[in-house]
Amino acid sequence: MSSMTEPSVETGSAPFFSKEATIARPHFSRWMVPPAALAVHLCIGQAYAFSVFNGPLTKLIGITQPAADDWSLTSLGWIFSLAIVFLGLSAAFAGKWLEHVGPRRTMFTAACCFGGGFIVSAVGVWLHEIALLYLGYGVIGGIGLGLGYVSPVSTLIRWFPDRRGMATGMAIMGFGGGAMIAAPLSVALMNHFKSATSVGVAETFLVLGIAYFISMSIGALAIRVPPKDWKPAGWTPPSTSNKMITRNHVHIDEALKTPQFYLIWLVLFLNVTAGIGILGQASVMIQESFKDTVSAAAAAGFVGLLSLFNMGGRFVWASASDWVGRKNTYFIFFVLGAVLYYLVPGFAASGHIAFFVLAYCVILSMYGGGFATVPAYLADMFGTAFVGGIHGRLLTAWAAAGVAGPVLVNYIRAYEVAHGVARADAYTMTVHIMAVLLVVGFICNLLVKRVDAKHHMTDAQLSAGR
Amino acid sequence: MATTRQKAAAGGKARLVVFWAYVLIPLTWGVVNTLLQAMKLFS
Repeated sequence: MSSMTEPSVETGSAPFFSKEATIARPHFSRWMVPPAALAVHLCIGQAYAFSVFNGPLTKLIGITQPAADDWSLTSLGWIFSLAIVFLGLSAAFAGKWLEHVGPRRTMFTAACCFGGGFIVSAVGVWLHEIALLYLGYGVIGGIGLGLGYVSPVSTLIRWFPDRRGMATGMAIMGFGGGAMIAAPLSVALMNHFKSATSVGVAETFLVLGIAYFISMSIGALAIRVPPKDWKPAGWTPPSTSNKMITRNHVHIDEALKTPQFYLIWLVLFLNVTAGIGILGQASVMIQESFKDTVSAAAAAGFVGLLSLFNMGGRFVWASASDWVGRKNTYFIFFVLGAVLYYLVPGFAASGHIAFFVLAYCVILSMYGGGFATVPAYLADMFGTAFVGGIHGRLLTAWAAAGVAGPVLVNYIRAYEVAHGVARADAYTMTVHIMAVLLVVGFICNLLVKRVDAKHHMTDAQLSAGR
Repeated sequence: MATTRQKAAAGGKARLVVFWAYVLIPLTWGVVNTLLQAMKLFS
């Protein structure tokens, strides 16, 4: 384990939440930083499990079944959509601020927003006022999601210059795993609190809000940044012969003037689009593709298996990218993904369920891997000084794919079924379009070259933090 | 007799173990739950 080998600056007089106060002291182990990041990501990963509240939220008045004045699923769907939109917006617009104030203040703000969002939502449930859920979980919680997602990742990249992919993979794996904790925990809490007059959602929101605030705050308190020019003991920066890993830094605003930013935006957008639509339709898809063979319970098992591969892929692929390179990793995603998408209808038609399941597991591992590898890709291209802010702006690709992916899958399937295509065959066109999207992604990735030196910051600009 | 530095190193390692356990225990619980659910696909 690498620990500090150089003296840190004096931080005794710095305010507790300032960036200076988080500079690590000598002998601090950098391996303390991944669990601090995970403490935040495991909490905000709850977002993927929000759907467990949908059923109970439609029965707040009726208790056993929806009453006339109960909320509809359509109106409840906006809560999650708002949260994802505000995740993207906060990550994009707070980029400069989070680089300026450092990870502790950012992560603590994220804890206040995410925990507070649950508490405002609990009040909304008690008062039966859906606007408070939009404001609470959707807007305030969404801001917590965005700040909490980006800040630990950029901090980890600075602590692990030798294994950027593995470090970001660990944190972003937590985001994938958070739902696995939140879903059964939420169900257990609702069962505990439900009564003849309550479905138990408000109480569950309150408990989760407090628990997430505490857990994320612990992460914020434990986080540390390395001193300037720190590097792991015995590690030397890569030689300048590796053109795809820069030793320079590009400012957030300058990054937006480079073609590389937009190409990587497209790379992420296309990779996510190809996976996110399938993730949402997985249960229906396997049941329709293998009619009379796969039950609803088995389909739920398939969804669980995809979640595991989605989570595992974040760590495995991002770690592998340290060895094979970021660009090559995305080449693998696009080539292997396109081939598997092309083959999947054949597996379904011939009844090869094992190959069908395996193909989708690999595809979903690459979907997760795309999220986890991109921060390291950005650090390689633009340097580490402003990678958090640049990553935040790139996450708008996620928000865009969150709309495009499900729309593509749902509308193409509906169009096919409306035109007389059998339900079992209705996904063929969809997955072939996904394969084409991945081919476009391959081309975008191919066009990514090293950033022109004119965009690099000077030493004076770096010292001033511009 | 352990020196101050050795005691500090031991304390640091203990903190490291506790902090990793703090995140890995709930994560493992979630993964096992999901794995049990996924097994229904093969039953």
